[in-house]
Amino acid sequence: MAKYLLKRLFYLLLTLFLIATITFFMMKLLPGTPLSNESKLSHAQIQMIYHTYGLDKPVWQQYLIYLGGMVQGNFGLSFQFDNQPVSYLLATRMPASFQLGVQAMIVGVLLGIIVGGIAAIRRNTWVDGTMTIISILMISIPSFVLAILLQYYLGLKAGAFPVAGWGNFAYTILPTIALAGSPFATTARFIRTEMVDVMSSDYIELAKAKGLTQTGVVYHHALRNSLIPLITLIGPLTVNLMTGSLVVENIFAVPGIGEQFVKSITTNDYPTIMGITMMYSVLLVIVLLITDIVYGIVDPRIRLQGGQS
Amino acid sequence: MENTENENLIEVNNLKINFNTYAGKVKAIRDVSFHLKKGETLAIVGESGSGKSVTTRSLMGLNADNAEIAGGEILFHGEDVLKKSEKEMQEIRGMDIAMIFQDPMTSLDPTMKIGRQIAEPLRIHKHISKDKAMAQALEMLKLVGITDAEHRINDYPHQFSGGMRQRIVIAIALICYPEVLIADEPTTALDVTIQAQILKLMKELQEKIETSIIFITHDLGVVAGMADRIAVMYAGKIVEYGTVDEIFYNPQHPYTWGLLNSMPTLDTQSGELSAIPGTPPDLLDPPKGDAFAARNSYALKIDAEQEPPFFQVSKTHAAATWLLDPRAPKVTPPAAIAKRQAQWASMHNEAGELVRPETPVTPTTTFDDDRE
Repeated sequence: MAKYLLKRLFYLLLTLFLIATITFFMMKLLPGTPLSNESKLSHAQIQMIYHTYGLDKPVWQQYLIYLGGMVQGNFGLSFQFDNQPVSYLLATRMPASFQLGVQAMIVGVLLGIIVGGIAAIRRNTWVDGTMTIISILMISIPSFVLAILLQYYLGLKAGAFPVAGWGNFAYTILPTIALAGSPFATTARFIRTEMVDVMSSDYIELAKAKGLTQTGVVYHHALRNSLIPLITLIGPLTVNLMTGSLVVENIFAVPGIGEQFVKSITTNDYPTIMGITMMYSVLLVIVLLITDIVYGIVDPRIRLQGGQS
Repeated sequence: MENTENENLIEVNNLKINFNTYAGKVKAIRDVSFHLKKGETLAIVGESGSGKSVTTRSLMGLNADNAEIAGGEILFHGEDVLKKSEKEMQEIRGMDIAMIFQDPMTSLDPTMKIGRQIAEPLRIHKHISKDKAMAQALEMLKLVGITDAEHRINDYPHQFSGGMRQRIVIAIALICYPEVLIADEPTTALDVTIQAQILKLMKELQEKIETSIIFITHDLGVVAGMADRIAVMYAGKIVEYGTVDEIFYNPQHPYTWGLLNSMPTLDTQSGELSAIPGTPPDLLDPPKGDAFAARNSYALKIDAEQEPPFFQVSKTHAAATWLLDPRAPKVTPPAAIAKRQAQWASMHNEAGELVRPETPVTPTTTFDDDRE
């Protein structure tokens, strides 16, 4: 197990290194400069600013300097947000995004399991049909469209929830729903397929032959066996949530990472772009690592193999 | 067999089951009747799709959603199970009638420890405490021959071999000491040496637990040492039934002849095995007359027009073939069958009583080795 973890850790660091490298050079290809009033500045002034931030050096040197700083935990200073350290910006922006992400994940996945499970048990009935339509809608509608619809109808027209901004729990409800749409639909579809498969397996028939009730069969045998593969979906769902949050946070004016990320890209705020990218990457690889470990714990068949290697 | 008629544990009368499919109604069971007495083993033999499994699944009310009972009754202790509610059936399943499935590799829940799986029927039906149920599960695990049962009770199915898993499935089926055990091809997925062990185990446990067995198989060889009586099924009907000796030594239906001839025996010379030509009929539109006629080289003209009724051969033996009609021409069965019938004749003394030969001539694959 220790050997396995070490191996995984090595690949994890390698992945992060590659992401940092690719992002850095791609970022340098972005059109425009970090200066918002370039036309009003003289050549000397621009050179001076570039020199302050090390932007006059060749790109490969900038890359090495950045990498060196990053290894020491120094993500540089933001160009745009009053020269604050990027790590400080991330720390202040993180909680809102994290709260929304976790809430959306819990709501989406739980609802997805319930809805998908019911659809599987009531397979080929109107219940199943309705649930299929709902989940296909939720998959097809991009989260920003859902966000705007929610904002307009529930926020503005009905006045049930705050339209935008950040404050108490009520402010998180609409963005959470908007973000939860995709994980909900994905989970529901996945669980339905998985459950239909499991329900036709021999051990379910044996469970019925034991005299278990329908509920007993589903609860004791079908659900557990369908839920295990769902763990593999958590990784992709996290990615979905992260990309979704970029736009959704903007729409609801949530002071989160996503909103800041979009701003930093449009203003060529290089250190912030890099900082947020790296933070997203670290989060994602950690989620993937945890999923794999958890999968090994809950599935006895994999547990054994893990123990041997 | 000293049992009298009124001791029938299960009595199936004129059962008809259709499956509604997109292509139409598949008439899977077409008028099947049989009975099972206390303590006996009835083998239902036939090829794939003959309706063996459908018949027995309907005993437990476990047929697929598109199955439709078109007629008949299934009496268990005199009560028609077809009229019982799902809730009543749940009380019978696993408690009074239990089932062993074909593939032990897939019939255990991969994510649940086997101890819990064995104890589950007890928890449902007898409502006993978890500890008590686990203790009984352990006893049962020892009974089915799992070594080091104390430790292995906490293992998962993937940690066992196929034969061991089938023992566990048997333990699950027998934990409540059911009156009837349905074994649906319990040895088909196992290799031959393991088959023999499992069959031996089933026979031992049958005596201990005093259960009746309905044994479904397509392999007559497996049946020989196992069953008391045999019912041969073809295309959703029983075509011949009788005691094991009657079916093996005095078969009357050409389909039974075909089955016996396609099975190797101890004195089979190489090249003698024959297969039944053709394929079973389409049960969407069953043929008029005898369903086997198209594959039957002994078919008479009447077979194409009228279904043969059962002709009684003895008190326990009957076959549905027009060859037994007094008006039918005398036919000579295939050589191997004629040999069997000659043996049958020599097995009876002048008074017509059965005298078993010293060593059973009945050919089985490996089961004989296990009988000493």
